[in-house]
Amino acid sequence: MLNVLHHDIVIIGAGGAGLRAAIEIARDYPDKKIALLSKVYPMRSHTVAAEGGAAGVAKDEDSFDKHFNDTVSGGDWLCDQDAVDYFVQQAPKELTQMEHWGCPWSRTAEGKVAVRPFGGMKVERTWYAADKTGFHMLHTLFQTSLKYPGIERFDEYYSTELITKDGQCYGVTALDMRSGQMRFFRAHAVIIATGGAGRVFPFTTNGAIKTGDGMAMAYRAGVALKDMEFVQYHPTGLPGTGILITEGSRGEGGILVNKDGYRYLQDYNLGPPDPWPRKKAMELGPRDRLSQAFWHEQHKGKTVETAFGDAVHLDLRHLGEAKINERLPMVRELAMSYMSVDPVNEPIPVRPVVHYTMGGIDTDIDAATPLAGLFAAGECACVSINGANRLGSNSLTELLVFGSRAGKNAAEFVRAGQDAVDEDQLLACASKASESVMALFRRQGSESIPGLRNEMNQIMEAGAGIYRSEDTLKLAVEQLATLKKRFADIELADKSNVYNTDLIQALELGSMIDVARAMAVSALNRRESRGSHQRLDFVERNDRDYLRHTLASYQGDDNPAIDYRDVVITKSQPAERVYGGQSDEQ
Amino acid sequence: MNSEKVTAADQVEPSKTARMLEVEILRYDPDQDEAPYYQVYQVPCQEEWVVLDAVNYIKDKLDRTLSYRWSCHMAVCGSCGMMVNGEPTLSCHAFIRDLPDRIKIEPLENFPVARDLIVEMDSFVEKLSSVKPYINAAIEKTPEEGTYTQLPQQLQDFQLYTQCINCLLCYSACPQFALNEDFVGPAALALAHRYNLDSRDRGRSVREDVVASNLGVWECSFVGACSEVCPKHVDPAAAIQQSKIAATGDYFMRFLTPWKKTTKGQKSSKEIHDEASKR
Repeated sequence: MLNVLHHDIVIIGAGGAGLRAAIEIARDYPDKKIALLSKVYPMRSHTVAAEGGAAGVAKDEDSFDKHFNDTVSGGDWLCDQDAVDYFVQQAPKELTQMEHWGCPWSRTAEGKVAVRPFGGMKVERTWYAADKTGFHMLHTLFQTSLKYPGIERFDEYYSTELITKDGQCYGVTALDMRSGQMRFFRAHAVIIATGGAGRVFPFTTNGAIKTGDGMAMAYRAGVALKDMEFVQYHPTGLPGTGILITEGSRGEGGILVNKDGYRYLQDYNLGPPDPWPRKKAMELGPRDRLSQAFWHEQHKGKTVETAFGDAVHLDLRHLGEAKINERLPMVRELAMSYMSVDPVNEPIPVRPVVHYTMGGIDTDIDAATPLAGLFAAGECACVSINGANRLGSNSLTELLVFGSRAGKNAAEFVRAGQDAVDEDQLLACASKASESVMALFRRQGSESIPGLRNEMNQIMEAGAGIYRSEDTLKLAVEQLATLKKRFADIELADKSNVYNTDLIQALELGSMIDVARAMAVSALNRRESRGSHQRLDFVERNDRDYLRHTLASYQGDDNPAIDYRDVVITKSQPAERVYGGQSDEQ
Repeated sequence: MNSEKVTAADQVEPSKTARMLEVEILRYDPDQDEAPYYQVYQVPCQEEWVVLDAVNYIKDKLDRTLSYRWSCHMAVCGSCGMMVNGEPTLSCHAFIRDLPDRIKIEPLENFPVARDLIVEMDSFVEKLSSVKPYINAAIEKTPEEGTYTQLPQQLQDFQLYTQCINCLLCYSACPQFALNEDFVGPAALALAHRYNLDSRDRGRSVREDVVASNLGVWECSFVGACSEVCPKHVDPAAAIQQSKIAATGDYFMRFLTPWKKTTKGQKSSKEIHDEASKR
């Protein structure tokens, strides 16, 4: 008999967005019973790895309009502008709230919160805690959450399936990883906050846990995945490991040079190189443009060869040891440990690396999905404020703004109380979901889980990388369809109930294959180049046909069905994205 | 810990640059094993690898049944602590180039083993929670009232103690925790100290019940093993010693200002503490 636990609201994922949602509910709706589920302990969540900072208007010369304009043009006009408006207005409030909760923001000499320049941002508005901003935000949120006994945590519970009936979500089934027992978390509202899916690709800054589980769960429950073709490459990862070297290092004045020591970005409409640093220019251009420039340098033979592929040099030497230690201590430590390079004395070899999924679960400005009772926030969701290319430091703020909004709106949904349903039918659905996990123990087959995962990674790299085309994408779509069939033929080597990570990896692989297919099919159907989605066969942006969000709907073994929805435009008409010296005139 | 299963070396195809490592791992599955045992794997390692890479190789290529925790691979999520050759180690931050050709990997000491390299860490999370690690302001401000002023020097006063990644290595190294599992322990006490030192906080007295108890700072015998193994150089031993001084200040303060109830004495004990830290 399946064990059933009753709560008002279940939150899946205990990273930045999930914790922020939980605190919002516990503080403002103390009568609501919350279950916070995560496949890892909260402080392991990948928010921990964010480095550079969180954006929110702070200076007198800055304004909500300026933050709005940078975000909308940075996203190549694929952002929903009503959502961006709400986001930029809430940003300073949420970051100030974090300050009250103890986040150790770096300070000016007068004791105010300091802000640093970031890529694509016209004014300094990135709040930072040295170069460990995500780490400090996550721990601040986790520690603050301990204040609220109303938040009941279920650490190391892997959620498997949303339980829905007639267009409404009534909870989720989850595997208690320690005991191997399945549970049904019956709830009146569910919030998904499970992060992105960078692990679909072989070379990524993302931790092992970022396998798109929440995206896949919503997708299989009938919620479309929006704009999945937009995958961000961060221009500066360490070759080999993919460890992130923060954009903050360029915000502090670091420069990128090719093998000739030449600041090549000036050849890609990002110059002039001086005076430096200039906002929205050169190394402070947006991530999509910088990663694409690397690709071109590589094809011109201007990159540096390393044991782990081609790279360019990130040079911080002119900043001096004192500034590097104060502002970028982790960058120095990471480069020394993992590359044997001390940035005080040598440039750091870097290359583009998969970093962020702009797309995700289709949510609106209220963090609500089309499925009643289901909300989503953070990287797993697509509101969309990031459009075709997220600006660095908008996502840490996003998980606060939309995490708290998801919490509030889920609580209001529960308060409104639309939950008359046949409990026996729900239990039958949950038992079936639970049985489908247990069936994996009995399944016999010849496919290997790491083998298929590796193939999926290679397919995505080859077919859906920085530059794509009809041929590469078609091949990827076909290969992924075959992979999905082969996935039915896996067999678990581990039959134990206790911390069966073979089983967890099988479930994660199932999620990743579905998410990868949504990415590849969405990319194939978008026959234009916009932001991070660059087609060699359709090199121009095409607003007439594609100023629209892609909606990919799950069709089981078949490829997803693709539909489109118009972008919300309120006050910024699509225009050319201008960076470098020309952006001064804007 | 007696039987030894050996995985055949011929399963492995070493690449040109590989260095063969014999990796001995403690295995235990309470579902199937009566007792823990050691299993040896032959792993062709790249020189740039960390121990976690070797363990991942085993999981992917040699033995799907091995269980352990990991995620970030950049020494910040704190998941992958293990004993490597008897030392509490963050396995994503321990380089193969610094290790001999045979290594032994075991679950972190001083914690119950759940399975293989996974330890039960609920008691640690409860201890973190017990020190009330959150800002306890005199009056809660609203976001509209803006941020607190905190000078860089005031930030520096507690910054070191914010760096803990909860990796448990300090508990694994602590001889006192080995003797008494109820000891609040290095990471939790350092975190309490972090909030006590924060200029925005007024909650020291509510933490004092736990921090200054017999299971708190006074249980520490100042061996300093915690600070030695800390991958983030947090120096919990220093935090605990400073807390002892502050707690002593509180103690004498009670005789000097008996009219003050503990709850109202927060500010003055903070001042005393500040003086103590300056000494």
